[in-house]
Amino acid sequence: MSDAHVPDSRVQATPLLAVRGLRFARNETPVFGPLDFAVDTGEALLVQGGNGAGKTTLLRVLAGLLRADAGDVEIDGATARSDLRARSMAYLGHLPGLKADLPALQNLEFLCGLHGRRHRQSSTSAMAVVGLGGYEDTAVRHLSAGQKKRLGLARLWLSPAPLWLLDEPYANLDLEGINLVNRMVQAHLRSHGAALITTHGAYAAPPVRTRMLELGAAA
Amino acid sequence: MMRSSAKALITRDLRLLWQRRGDALQPALFALLTVVLFALALGGDARTLAPVAAAVLWVAVLLAGLLALDSLFRSDAEDGSLEQWMLAPVPLWWLVLVRTAMHWLTTALPVIVATPLLGELLHLPHAQLPVLMVSLLLGTPILSLIGAVVAALTVGMRRAGILVALLALPLYVPVLVFGAGAVTASAQGLDASGALLLLGAGLLISLVLAPPVTAAALRIAHT
Repeated sequence: MSDAHVPDSRVQATPLLAVRGLRFARNETPVFGPLDFAVDTGEALLVQGGNGAGKTTLLRVLAGLLRADAGDVEIDGATARSDLRARSMAYLGHLPGLKADLPALQNLEFLCGLHGRRHRQSSTSAMAVVGLGGYEDTAVRHLSAGQKKRLGLARLWLSPAPLWLLDEPYANLDLEGINLVNRMVQAHLRSHGAALITTHGAYAAPPVRTRMLELGAAA
Repeated sequence: MMRSSAKALITRDLRLLWQRRGDALQPALFALLTVVLFALALGGDARTLAPVAAAVLWVAVLLAGLLALDSLFRSDAEDGSLEQWMLAPVPLWWLVLVRTAMHWLTTALPVIVATPLLGELLHLPHAQLPVLMVSLLLGTPILSLIGAVVAALTVGMRRAGILVALLALPLYVPVLVFGAGAVTASAQGLDASGALLLLGAGLLISLVLAPPVTAAALRIAHT
């Protein structure tokens, strides 16, 4: 009975993302879980595991593209409903979501119109940040895979969401591009963001406070 | 947020349309060809053409819309745009509604605008033109809204052209019956307002129900 008088103010700040008992199965075959982890503001979580370990699926479940079979996801202490997820997460997946016929800048403008935009950031400056300055009027069909990836990174850069979900952000990028991802993640964490990054583990991790989550093969 | 996302989507669709203006013209040209061929096949005689004119125009508009239906969500699903729609902080049904409105604007509206001229070609009695225009304006948005549901249901399949037509046509039949029926009724001197009111009611119901159903179907197709 006396336990009911635990003081309400918490000593530790609530984590930006808290996941408890998250589980996902495809056609009765478990893909991952149950998983428990938390990501604080200013922290990056590296999700590692081999091909087919469920890294992409985990990110898609967190983003709300797939429905988890069990478990809770909390963002800033509040249960993650779909509108809260949409406002607080920016997802960079395998499909770039770019229209091949439209120029790079117009693609970026559309995605910003859809997702909202950080204050005082112009699409042109974001393209310069990711090293695509001068490609504004180039149709996306003429960009290389790495350049499309960079355009996706420019979208993240403009997104107002504090939590980045990056699915294999290093794929298709050259050494300079890998450094760029690390620099962007670093800057994002410094401005009170957090990031989940999936990798095979073969790449240099960003020089930030990181936690690791190892996904094994589905057992 | 909803307004800015709609504006972004409309701008993007118009730019894409301009980039592929040849493809975009296809449904309208198809409707035009159907009407012209009908007029030629029936010999251009006013007495044979006048009774079927309204029905031919209705069928032409319907088939033109059907032609562009498969591409409504397909390219967006394939390049990952649909994923971004689902992740956007606006409801998916809203984006679906905007996209469906663009489908109507690009397939049905050009033919409706040309209807007075096409009617002339088919010797449509002038008295029937206002009823035909109203029935088309009320009926064709229903076709686009129902079509969006069907397109969303089949978006997961690689090639669904014939399936889209098979699924959509039975749902299109009532719209066609009331749409063309309103004109026929007025031609026989009967009151067309009953059929037109039913079309209006159908439009309201599909406007409310079709976008959420389409959004749900897109989510199912995507997982």
